[in-house]
Amino acid sequence: MAEASTRETYGKTLVELGRQNKDIVVLDADLSTSTMTSFFAREFPDRFFDCGLEEQNMVGIAAGLAASGKIVFVSSFAIFVSCRCFDQLRLCLSQPELNVKIVATHGGITVGEDGASHHAIEDLALYCALPGFTVVVPADAIEAAEAVRVAASDYGPFYIRLSRPKTPIVYPEGYHFTLSKAVTMRQGKDATVIAVGIMVAKALEAADILARQGVDCRVINMHTLKPLDEAAVVKAASETGAIVVAEEHLAQGGLGSRVAQTTAREKPVPMEFVNLGDRYALSGKAEELLQRYGLTARDIEESVKSVVKRK
Amino acid sequence: MAKKLRRHVITMIAAAGSGHPGGSLSAADVIAALYFKVLRHNPENPQWADRDRFILSKGHAAPILYAALAETGYFPVAELATLRKLDSRLQGHADRNFTPGVEMSAGSLGMGLSFAIGVALAARLDSKTYRTYVLLSDGECEEGQTWEAALSAAQFKPDNLTAIVDCNGMQLSGWTRDIMNLEPFIWKWQAFGWHTIDIDGHDFDQILSACQEAEKKKGKPTVIVARTIKGKGVSFMENNAAFHGKAPTREEAERALKELE
Repeated sequence: MAEASTRETYGKTLVELGRQNKDIVVLDADLSTSTMTSFFAREFPDRFFDCGLEEQNMVGIAAGLAASGKIVFVSSFAIFVSCRCFDQLRLCLSQPELNVKIVATHGGITVGEDGASHHAIEDLALYCALPGFTVVVPADAIEAAEAVRVAASDYGPFYIRLSRPKTPIVYPEGYHFTLSKAVTMRQGKDATVIAVGIMVAKALEAADILARQGVDCRVINMHTLKPLDEAAVVKAASETGAIVVAEEHLAQGGLGSRVAQTTAREKPVPMEFVNLGDRYALSGKAEELLQRYGLTARDIEESVKSVVKRK
Repeated sequence: MAKKLRRHVITMIAAAGSGHPGGSLSAADVIAALYFKVLRHNPENPQWADRDRFILSKGHAAPILYAALAETGYFPVAELATLRKLDSRLQGHADRNFTPGVEMSAGSLGMGLSFAIGVALAARLDSKTYRTYVLLSDGECEEGQTWEAALSAAQFKPDNLTAIVDCNGMQLSGWTRDIMNLEPFIWKWQAFGWHTIDIDGHDFDQILSACQEAEKKKGKPTVIVARTIKGKGVSFMENNAAFHGKAPTREEAERALKELE
């Protein structure tokens, strides 16, 4: 599969949005050359504020700008713009439902060598816990650009999680993203893999392997964790009778928890979960870490096989 | 007027049965000066785009803000009696979702200065002339975020921002100097790049002239350190940390109101 950088796409999309709308303002915390908000900073220096290593203050400033009519994009690494400033996210953005878009790069363990301090593996749980937040994890660079455009035009607080490394392209050019509308990437009747982010490409890979073994596996990209496309979950549960949820996140509070809450209420079926479990990861290359911590196509394949047996 | 606002504070908190009288009473003169003399605002149109912004960072002092908002006409004075009651527009801590005139939700301390900087920067981006005021407590200056914000204000230089610290020297458990000493307070703000003005926060003329001086100061933000007395105006609440977050009993409220006649 071809690969592209979600964060580089983000940087370019921000510039495009900045040209269209002078109310777009961007904040960063001394990471603009990594989050790629540096592109925006170069073209619109007056509308860019580097808040230094002050994530809490940055969220507060963003709230003040948004309350004054600005559409505010806030970027940093996912770990710093979730855990570090959670109380500010809660009282300054979530409770008053202000129009701030947190676009975090370096989500998950594919941050790699920087190690546990830099691996954002609980960010989805934290953001999904906040009332009013829309939470999106794009599957590739094409979807990332679309999600950022939608965030700019939709009122309210957003969290968009991007990755550090280049990631496989799973969509054709011209793909149209609809918030909270899951995308069936591949049809199937024996089981469904519901995935987000980099796990979508891995789910597609697993489905190919499974097809050769006679298992017909559906793959859904649940790019919007919140509000969740519950209808798509219920449909998958009803039509395939088994679900595997795959995400680059801890076991608790992310996509797996959200899907399971829906199936438990609407349509209980056997489920398996491909995630990091309940532990921190080590330093290493991204691919090495995905192997070590069970986030490969092979892991999805094994989970599908075991969930099909439980039907 | 400050005395009238103080009376409202006592009546409201006594009726609610809970709340924070001490920090409302210490801020009463500053709030009265702002709402009746300093702020350009329009109670009939709380969203007026060119209004001066007042942000209450010390959200537990919501009663004194509500009293000023009611007395200036944002909502009926009778509504003050609903403080902290279910479905009231007057939440326990300041809440921008419900109360006309409240610019920001607060109550988790140390956040308001950051928000105010954002509001002030938006004014600069839009070439608007409104001024942004934010009221902090000295206790909340123990929060690290306050100093993050202080640093960034020196960096971004919003000279359209006036911060006022209601410096009553006390916090929930006692004197700030005994719990987490903030002195030399003025020096800290100066070292962080602010223009500072040290005043008696119960002297109306000093408050007004400090606000005027702040407005004239260009190139840096101003902080007015208003030296106040916690519980000011009610003898048994003055300098008494017990009334940081405790409502007066009915008898205590009656005594307090008599002192405030």
